[in-house]
Amino acid sequence: MINKVVSGADQAVHDVTNNSTLMLGGFGVCGIPENCIQALLKKGVKGLTCISNNAGVDDFGIGLLLKTRQVRKMISSYVGENAEFERQLLSGELEVELIPQGTLAERIRAGGAGIPAFYTPAGVGTEVAEGKEVREYEGKLYLLEQWLKADFAIVKAWKGDTSGNLIYRGTARNFNPMMATAGKITIAEVEELLPAGELDPNHIHTPGIYVQRIFQGSNYEKRIEQRTIIKD
Amino acid sequence: MLDKIGIAKRIAREVRDGMYINLGIGIPTLVANYIPPSLNVVLQSENGLLGIGPFPKESEVDSDLINAGKQTITMVCGSALFNSAESFAMIRGGHVDVTILGAMEVSQDGDIANWKVPGKMVKGMGGAMDLVASAKNIIVAMQHCSKEGASKLLKECSLPITGIRCVKKIVSDLAVLDVLPQGGFKLIERAPGVSIEEIKNATQGELIIEGEIPEMIF
Repeated sequence: MINKVVSGADQAVHDVTNNSTLMLGGFGVCGIPENCIQALLKKGVKGLTCISNNAGVDDFGIGLLLKTRQVRKMISSYVGENAEFERQLLSGELEVELIPQGTLAERIRAGGAGIPAFYTPAGVGTEVAEGKEVREYEGKLYLLEQWLKADFAIVKAWKGDTSGNLIYRGTARNFNPMMATAGKITIAEVEELLPAGELDPNHIHTPGIYVQRIFQGSNYEKRIEQRTIIKD
Repeated sequence: MLDKIGIAKRIAREVRDGMYINLGIGIPTLVANYIPPSLNVVLQSENGLLGIGPFPKESEVDSDLINAGKQTITMVCGSALFNSAESFAMIRGGHVDVTILGAMEVSQDGDIANWKVPGKMVKGMGGAMDLVASAKNIIVAMQHCSKEGASKLLKECSLPITGIRCVKKIVSDLAVLDVLPQGGFKLIERAPGVSIEEIKNATQGELIIEGEIPEMIF
């Protein structure tokens, strides 16, 4: 049994350097690695390329790293909820690459699975297709898209064990499982860290082979972007 | 002329028993409220859920459970959760029966523009390009004209497009129209109180009118 446990977020991100490429799990601010984002903020590394479906909100998630101008480039599918992001983008301080959500998910999956490129119909005939190879299969056009990999993949899970096996909860799963496979170093923060053997192997979403470092996070805010309710 | 709820109600009539459906943000989300309870359908959320339920009660709110619009939701009985790559595998793989989404413009060839207005803040396409490139049936909910009165049903889209030759049906505030495979908007129904003349004037692309055009029934 290989023990992947580190003491906490600071130790987990200790070797993240300036200009690293990071994958950060989450959809909106659901399922984001809150503790590691705080540790990166504290560490002050700059020039980061962040691959994440969204860019957080102004004062939470990746938005915090944008505010301190630690991010040089965002690779995302939708970045609409963040005013500071907009300001930096329009002023040219921040570079952004927008990718269709399914293509983003599959490029990350491909990166982890050793598939350098694949064809997808998403974006054919649009500006996303510019400069990309197009090929016809069964009468329909497809774009060649390449894998995405990162120096560090930072994911958030619900439960994990000391061997790095992970279980996600609800729609907080989103991009986390693919990202976990596509980092040279994958860091997992979990709400509950258990001894190996405590998680049912039938229920593991991310097998521990993909995870190099794991720790139990604390003080999760788990902010809600759009609190929509019906009356009790 | 239909309001947003009217458009949602009319689109709900396109839903058939047993369908797996992806609903976009805005009017399409409202469609869920008007699907007859006698139909068994499953709503897909592209962040990773089959079986979207109603919004939660205050006591049921779960920050780990949101839809693609980042709203808190519940799950219906028999739901399934999965990652975003799997979610788009079921979309691209043609397993989702119908996608209902909004549009800024649609062309008579079925091209759709709904993600970017040059010169304004670009928020990104999210899952829209994957959805329109893949769904077997795409129904668009939209306003027939801009606030300034310019037609949004065009010969060619003027805005950057999201996908080509993909829209099958449009439900606007004025009419229901099919986009024909060979091109052209075929008028199917008029909104209550709307004349054919009004629809003609509001449609810049080729409008095909054959026989009597009935008023919508709800």
